[in-house]
Amino acid sequence: MALTRHTLSVLVEDKPGVLARVASLFSRRGFNIESLAVGPTEHPTVSRMTIVVSVDDLPLEQVTKQLNKLVNVLKIVELEPATSVQRELLLVKVKADLTSRSHVLETVQLFRAKVVDVAADAVTIEATGTNDKLTAFIRVLEPFGIRELVQSGMVAVGRGSRSMTGAEPRLRSAS
Amino acid sequence: MDAQPESLTGAQSLVRSLESVGAEVVFGIPGGAILPAYDPIFDSKKLRHILVRHEQGGGHAAEGYAQATGKVGVCMATSGPGATNLVTPIADAYMDSVPMVAITGQVPSASIGTDAFQEADIVGITMPITKHNFLVQHADDIPRTIAEAFHLASTGRPGPVLVDLPKDILQAQGSFSWPPQLDLPGYHPTTRPHAKQIREAAKLIAAAQRPVLYVGGGVLKARAAAELRVLAELTGIPVVTTLMARGAFPDSHRQHLGMPGMHGTVAAVTALQKADLLICLGARFDDRVTGKLDSFAPGAAVIHADIDPAEIGKNRTADVPIVGDCRETIADLVVAVGELYETGTRADIGGWWAEVDGWRTRYPLGYAEPTDGSLAPQHVITRIGQIAGPEAIFVSGVGQHQMWASQFISYENPYTWLNSGGAGTMGYAVPAAMGAKVGRPEATVWAIDGDGCFQMTNQELVTCAIEGIPIKVAVINNGNLGMVRQWQTLFYGSRYSNTVLQSKRIPDFVKLADAMGCIGLRCDTKSDVDATIEKAMAVDDAPVVIDFVVGEDAMVWPMVPAGTSNDEILAARDTRPVWDANDV
Repeated sequence: MALTRHTLSVLVEDKPGVLARVASLFSRRGFNIESLAVGPTEHPTVSRMTIVVSVDDLPLEQVTKQLNKLVNVLKIVELEPATSVQRELLLVKVKADLTSRSHVLETVQLFRAKVVDVAADAVTIEATGTNDKLTAFIRVLEPFGIRELVQSGMVAVGRGSRSMTGAEPRLRSAS
Repeated sequence: MDAQPESLTGAQSLVRSLESVGAEVVFGIPGGAILPAYDPIFDSKKLRHILVRHEQGGGHAAEGYAQATGKVGVCMATSGPGATNLVTPIADAYMDSVPMVAITGQVPSASIGTDAFQEADIVGITMPITKHNFLVQHADDIPRTIAEAFHLASTGRPGPVLVDLPKDILQAQGSFSWPPQLDLPGYHPTTRPHAKQIREAAKLIAAAQRPVLYVGGGVLKARAAAELRVLAELTGIPVVTTLMARGAFPDSHRQHLGMPGMHGTVAAVTALQKADLLICLGARFDDRVTGKLDSFAPGAAVIHADIDPAEIGKNRTADVPIVGDCRETIADLVVAVGELYETGTRADIGGWWAEVDGWRTRYPLGYAEPTDGSLAPQHVITRIGQIAGPEAIFVSGVGQHQMWASQFISYENPYTWLNSGGAGTMGYAVPAAMGAKVGRPEATVWAIDGDGCFQMTNQELVTCAIEGIPIKVAVINNGNLGMVRQWQTLFYGSRYSNTVLQSKRIPDFVKLADAMGCIGLRCDTKSDVDATIEKAMAVDDAPVVIDFVVGEDAMVWPMVPAGTSNDEILAARDTRPVWDANDV
């Protein structure tokens, strides 16, 4: 059965242990997290997690319901790729000596990435984009020789003017 | 009226909070980290602290108290091993949705994470087995945290909540005021069922020709037994009550088919299998009820009402999901179904009842008298039920005796049957009976225990004797881990690996009872059963233990072998029910 990737935006109270609660729930219920990113929001007491999971629709409903049961979880929204902006950050150290450097830089240009550090025989590149774009970028860089690679979890936000946190100062959970 | 904040130590604040939230009893054991809390407990006029002999006993006692009274049970332990000893009862309470607050001491804040003496990350350990838990970081937060813990434990789907209190927080000065403002922005249990779903459900109920009311523990949690009876009698639909719901509907009621599931009655199991509509109220399609899930009730549409949305659709897809409190849901269903009936919309279920009654008549619960002259455990349990009567509370451990106690005692009232259903915790009975007796001192409380279970937690009889908690314990002593032995008989070629507990009265339960300050009795013949039970019933100033020496070969029937379809139910060994050709 083919699994589908789903992106969940989860608003949580910024309290100790919340990440552990969410992570342990996924493992306890037998779901795999593909990527997870946590950070502050425009509300000082609220953090936002972006969780990418590969599951079928029915288990996804279970994940969402179980997450909603966590007392510190305020709201959950699934973000569809078509109606949201989804980005990951990549930092990659690529071999680049005098003979290959210009080719590397050309690739960087093509992917609208940028070089953030240069050494005699390597450059460090920063790139942002969707998972697909970064995967393609890495594939093109591979022949030059990747020395080190680090990638963030995905963050995502819905398109348009609406805000997931809404106008209420005290957030209410999704029903 | 809010009182002016007072300056109290964290420990004083904790005790005042427990008093203010309405806690009356705490089952606990002191130790290093929780010690500051025990000083103000010593002075409290409102809190009764019961010094248990093992923290697990304290946890199960809190469960028994909660199950018998509907109030939140409270247990207390120190850090490290004290707290980890609570893990089993907390997991048990989580599986059976028992409202419980566990309070644990923790090493001082500055030592957390250093592997200090008696340190355990009990918040981390209990995260997957609590509804929620707290590590308190400021003495000022204690009143709010205790109020939140009790609110979480007792509302929505009830469950255990743990509050971990570092020793320095208990010693620090903080401010106390009551009631505190709760801060739970992410917690909004849905209690009002959706009117549209109620209407949809009512339509299915009025139209169904082979419906069954599949009643679970949620009906008891919602205190909806009276509403259930109204709905059942309005519709005339057959009722089955799960292991967690025994007592929610009177066993003597004509519409009651008994318990479904692995050891359910043939009529209850078969009615579910052949139903065209399951009205599932506060039950969760547990594997012990459904058997092989994909062959469970294959022809049935499902109305699934539960206060926990995550239960709906978890195991079985619901055609009409209803999220809400069972009492409100059932009351709304009564109105909606009644309105449909008035318009003349009502399917005839007379044919269905004829079938159901046929199964009930042909395959009643029963047992064969042992041929070796030994005492039948089923007889002992039946007589305890009859002599103690339907007002008594029965608390069981886990195993054969539990199944017999669910089958052969007639439950007429809610909250008279307590057991460990979801977790299947051996050793639940004695401490839970103790807790039930503390909560309902006027009731006769019988623990029906097995000799295996009894040897896990009988130390709480010492607590009962010292604290004046006169429970009665029937040890159904077959010298074996009986249920495991039954599986070995049936599925492992009668190879009894490690299930024989004793054959030479080791331990001697009568002497053991005596040593623990209880009255010990023994009975090993059928003719003595009634007199022995009556002797125990006559004692009301001390705990009584009866060692019922029973045969080891008795088995629990009916049985659906694990992992098979409920269609494979065996009424007795090698006896598969025979359905009429015109059975559906």
